[in-house]
Amino acid sequence: MIENLKELNELKNIKQKNFLIHADFNPESILKIFKTLKDENKYNFNQLLDITAVDFPSREFRFDLVYIFQSLKNNKKIILKTQIKENQTIESITSIHKSANWYERECYDLFGIEFLNHPDLRRIMTDYNFEGYPLRKDFPLTGHTEVRYDDLEKKVIYEPVKLTQEFRNFDSESPWEGMENKLFGDEKSTGEN
Amino acid sequence: MKEVELNTTTINFGPQHPAAHGVLRLVVELEGEVVQRAEPHIGLLHRGTEKLIEYKTYLQAVPYFDRLDYVSPMCQEHAFALATEDLLGIDVPQRAKYIRVIFAEITRILNHLLNIPAYAADIGAVTPFLWCFEEREKLLEFHEAVSGARFHAAYFRPGGVHQDMPEGMEDKLFEHFKTLPKFIDDLESLLTNNRILRQRSVDIGIISKSEAIELGCSGPVLRSAGVAWDLRRSQPYDAYDQVDFEVPVGKKGDCFDRYLVRIEEMRQSIIIINQCLNKIKPGPVSTEDNKITPPKRNQMKKSMEALIHHFKLFTEGYRVPSGQVYSAVEAPKGEFGVYLVSDGSSKPYRCKIRAPGFAHLQTLDHLSKGHLMADIAAILGSLDIVFGEIDR
Repeated sequence: MIENLKELNELKNIKQKNFLIHADFNPESILKIFKTLKDENKYNFNQLLDITAVDFPSREFRFDLVYIFQSLKNNKKIILKTQIKENQTIESITSIHKSANWYERECYDLFGIEFLNHPDLRRIMTDYNFEGYPLRKDFPLTGHTEVRYDDLEKKVIYEPVKLTQEFRNFDSESPWEGMENKLFGDEKSTGEN
Repeated sequence: MKEVELNTTTINFGPQHPAAHGVLRLVVELEGEVVQRAEPHIGLLHRGTEKLIEYKTYLQAVPYFDRLDYVSPMCQEHAFALATEDLLGIDVPQRAKYIRVIFAEITRILNHLLNIPAYAADIGAVTPFLWCFEEREKLLEFHEAVSGARFHAAYFRPGGVHQDMPEGMEDKLFEHFKTLPKFIDDLESLLTNNRILRQRSVDIGIISKSEAIELGCSGPVLRSAGVAWDLRRSQPYDAYDQVDFEVPVGKKGDCFDRYLVRIEEMRQSIIIINQCLNKIKPGPVSTEDNKITPPKRNQMKKSMEALIHHFKLFTEGYRVPSGQVYSAVEAPKGEFGVYLVSDGSSKPYRCKIRAPGFAHLQTLDHLSKGHLMADIAAILGSLDIVFGEIDR
């Protein structure tokens, strides 16, 4: 399998561990490479499992866009990764994999990544009229608005989040890694003498 | 220009509806009583689990998985535990693997014992619901015996399971699973040849082999279409390579096939559990490395080092080497996967949850086209939709 994948110039950094293959690709080549991977018999990655993104706010190419496919015939899974900038768009793969529809909507909703030529790019997870992209690292965990039922107005109203206690995020990470799991003199026990 | 009159009615189904199995809002376009288009609006139960996990240590993230698909909690912890173990590069002891398989299968039976009667109730049968809940209660007692909780177990943890089964548990399990096949026979006598059930489910919501693969179906939905695909068989994890079982497949891929596949899966689960009970041997149930699993309580009374380990584990947590991994398990509803990205700290950098129901619900529009409005309830029930995992 891995040799076959290496024939594709668009894929880089191909690694394999058990049933899982990792590879990177270029956002421009997305349609071509996914079509090849789906249709050619030796690859046959015909099931789309997931599309997701990872946010790295400090990078120029802010998002890692991740596609996970499965080949039922070859019993392999592949994770394909590409990097895109914050306002960069990417081609939708709904023309190749129908099930990409909701996954791309989810990515758009939670990360604000736009997919070109998507049939119906709307928010999916968040509330109607929601603003912001919740899974970006700069979006606060508490969110911006909260809802409650207002007894006077007799309807549900939105208002800014009011926390009765300040949001606490303890940094319990210790600055030192601790002692190596080795004591002085240990090296002697494995020596020749 | 010719004027065309549209004879369609658009109606709103849910978000509160007993057949919606939770909070599903459907916008259905009908022509007469025939469905032209069914568009699910999801996200009403969105709690931001993935965001919350980014703020928790790996151990604290485990209970969130119970609350995704809340009728099959342990299978989801399983996927997260496998993903974390993969990143940590650790192996779990043999006994823990068998315990995990036993409880993953109990969870599968629990899930199907809820789905089948709920499905039957949707299309007109009430008795199975009462019968199955009694049987579920007996199985939940095993959940409670090992973890202390009936549902939100937090039992499968990275490195093994939280604690060993109580003494005599193997015998109790063995005794119980002697009686369960008889119960499944009784359940089938109520349903399988029931005229109403057949009328409401045969040839309803058909999905073909290639469509099922293309639309991302997995689990019983994929198998009912005739694809013999089961992650427990094709990509075995834990002790699934040690047990022998059959993968039931359907022929047509309609609602009735999905029901039959689930019935047979319960029987196979019992076979798997019995094999595990025969093979399981005493031994440790989690890695002995106290950097990952907490030390025993009695050690902590005597050893300073154990006390420090315990404190560090429950404040800082353990650090996971940076990397990314996708681990999937065959959950009762289909392929449940966790895509985990670590940046080397003690909290996950990103944890994406792949819920089988998400892909299944997406097929609803395709499955219900051309059927009657009332069939939507049957199709939803047969897809085994739970909103905890779809909305996350």
